[in-house]
Amino acid sequence: MSGLDWLIPVVLTVITASTPLLLAATGELVTERAGVLNLGVEGMMLVGAIAAFAVASATGSGLLGILAALLAGAAMALVFAVLTISMMANQVASGLALTIFGVGLSALVGASFVGIALDPLPQLSIPGLSAIPVLGPILFGQDLLVYLSFAILAAVAWFLARTRPGLVLKAVGESHDSAHALGYRVIAIRYGATLFGGAMAGLGGAYLSLSYTPMWAENMTAGRGWIALALVVFATWRPGRLLLGAYMFGAITILQLHAQGAGVEIPSQFMSMLPYLATILVLVLISRDSTKIRLNAPACLGKVFRPAR
Amino acid sequence: MTTNETASETALLELRGITKAFPGILANDRIGFSIMPHEIHALLGENGAGKSTLVKIIYGVLQADAGEILWQGRPVRVSGPAAARRLGIGMVFQHFSLFEAMTVFENIALAMDGERDNRALRARITTLSKTYGLPLDLDSHVYALSVGERQRIEIVRCLLQNPKLLILDEPTSVLTPQEVERLFETLRQLAREGCAILYISHKLDEVKALCDRATILRAGRTVAECDPKVETARSMAELMIGAKVQPPSRPKASGERAERLSVAGLSLVAESAFGVDLRDLSLSVSGGEILGIAGIAGNGQNELMAALTGERLLPVRPDAIVIDGRPVGSLGPPARRALGAVFVPEERNGHAAIPAMSLAENAFLTAFRRLGLLKHGLMSEAPTRRFAGRIIADYDVRTTGAQADAGSLSGGNMQKFIVGREMLQEPGLLVIAQPTWGVDPGAASAIRQALLDLAANGTAVLVISQDLDEILEICDRVAVISEGKLSEARPVAEITVEEIGLLMGGLHDLAAQAPEGRVERGS
Repeated sequence: MSGLDWLIPVVLTVITASTPLLLAATGELVTERAGVLNLGVEGMMLVGAIAAFAVASATGSGLLGILAALLAGAAMALVFAVLTISMMANQVASGLALTIFGVGLSALVGASFVGIALDPLPQLSIPGLSAIPVLGPILFGQDLLVYLSFAILAAVAWFLARTRPGLVLKAVGESHDSAHALGYRVIAIRYGATLFGGAMAGLGGAYLSLSYTPMWAENMTAGRGWIALALVVFATWRPGRLLLGAYMFGAITILQLHAQGAGVEIPSQFMSMLPYLATILVLVLISRDSTKIRLNAPACLGKVFRPAR
Repeated sequence: MTTNETASETALLELRGITKAFPGILANDRIGFSIMPHEIHALLGENGAGKSTLVKIIYGVLQADAGEILWQGRPVRVSGPAAARRLGIGMVFQHFSLFEAMTVFENIALAMDGERDNRALRARITTLSKTYGLPLDLDSHVYALSVGERQRIEIVRCLLQNPKLLILDEPTSVLTPQEVERLFETLRQLAREGCAILYISHKLDEVKALCDRATILRAGRTVAECDPKVETARSMAELMIGAKVQPPSRPKASGERAERLSVAGLSLVAESAFGVDLRDLSLSVSGGEILGIAGIAGNGQNELMAALTGERLLPVRPDAIVIDGRPVGSLGPPARRALGAVFVPEERNGHAAIPAMSLAENAFLTAFRRLGLLKHGLMSEAPTRRFAGRIIADYDVRTTGAQADAGSLSGGNMQKFIVGREMLQEPGLLVIAQPTWGVDPGAASAIRQALLDLAANGTAVLVISQDLDEILEICDRVAVISEGKLSEARPVAEITVEEIGLLMGGLHDLAAQAPEGRVERGS
């Protein structure tokens, strides 16, 4: 048994490194499937992180913190939605602005929270099951957000692949003019998808400030929002591949840290590049079928919808 | 429909003074007419006469600036397509209402709001498509389907909703004569069952055969209402255009008759799972002649076109396609164009032209080499604009000028522009797919005349078309493509419509069912 003991902490850290990516990317996947390209994920994550931390440290309740993160992320997304969907501003520019805004806003609000520590989210141990060697702590010893990330991803996959509203959402992203001609409310559906994306980004941020490192530090997302965005594209907008991508990225991040710690003779800069290179390479290789990309890429991604009147 | 009946019965739909303006153009100017239950009513007009705008208003996609819509005698406001469907209005769109990346079934399901039981819906679709002879492969993706197959989806999708008024925008342009006859039986049956039909078409012979009444629009106004059974196709065309129509004349061919294009034993596995494999195709076109390829949509026309243009290369057998004695199978489109070949694909916006670019820029894109519009790696603006202006003038393209976006032109006008762009390059070989699809009779006859003139000047012309009348009118020889196989080309004078129809496959033995025998009979 002792031979596997080193594995448990490694797997546990992999999960913690992957969860925020998975949460944020799942939200962005839904947003993009509806045809909206929101580049503000990084900003929404940061605002979610500080909202969660502020509320959790004020009330002492992790759950309230999570709720605050959901609302804060959705509120950020609402700003974006009003600008791009209702006022038809350019989505790329508005998304970049949203990120810059989120960085600044979170730093401003978070100034008074720097240096405060918080109890991490409790692990939901299941008596008996959590005591199973190796598998126990991995499968049955995680906190709420880890389970949520899997549950929501599964729900999104099911929603998109099996349900009629999911089909309508994809239809709006595929051709907003056709969806409009059939009588679907393109704008309302896009608002919904964008708000969901924002809430999920907020949740990803909450995981960082409540569980990953239960404290607030300026810019603590450190580019994870951008990684989440890239994952969605490299996963060709498919939930299953998104899971693979998020966990590959998390795993290589952790493994290269361990390798650096073990003193492997490779410059650390190269090691730090590894997660990005490997994840992109693998996802590009498994997704190189152009037909599949064509079937999954939302054809109206980033395009402004102007309903004919 | 006599006056007495009209008076005693309430119109199903009545339009009064419908007016709609777009920036720079009055698309509908006080249009008024009515449709009775059981009636098949034709709406006629040139491209840009305002028909599309009007039906979009009826279907709620657009809102009129002024005017009234009465449904069964009561004024209604059709706020959107969903509201139109609730009233009982169904519409078969000509463009833009299918989702490319989705399957046929998903496309239909999206229009069936109330029906959530997929299995029951599948069963209904299958029954309906059998009843009306509209075969569909429910699990194919739309992007892999031809225009004809797409239109079948639209029609089935509409009929599933049991409409009281069915609007059809050019439904027959992609069907074989037998299919058209079958569709007409369907429509007559629907009309007998009480469903009124608003039928938009450029094929005036079909309007004569099918419709009870016709309203004719010109430049946004109602100019005439007539009984198509009494009028002749010529007289209706003249009402539409407001001028005399000239039938195309065949100028005497001059110049050499050397073989310009030869295809020998071309076999090509389709790129997509739903495409058609080309099997051992051979054909030859000489300068001064027009070869027509007839066939139902989705029998390999798209694949043949891609192989001819160089969008799909044949690295293994580059000599399967020979242009002017040079094997070109491994050359891309620019190299083939350099040899004097030009191409007009079926899809105007997005394939033949870029909608978001101006007409001048679009003209530049295929013509810059042959016409020397590129100077030091830059576009020479003035000559390019002059070239675009020449196309607009010579081919009567209705637009605000060379700087207008390609996407702002109506389908027929865009087609005239693209045909003009390629023809003015004085090509040695022209390959053109569906030259007059969705183009009004005046413009269509102009395009056909231009094709004849081009051939008379020594160009080899290959026309791939689903419009048999067109092929019989302009081609010297005709071959039929079916299931990726091509029949032997025969002189048009020696083949009958029935024979071609049999080669294309009747309504009952479409697609998968025993195409072998048909091809054998032809070869």
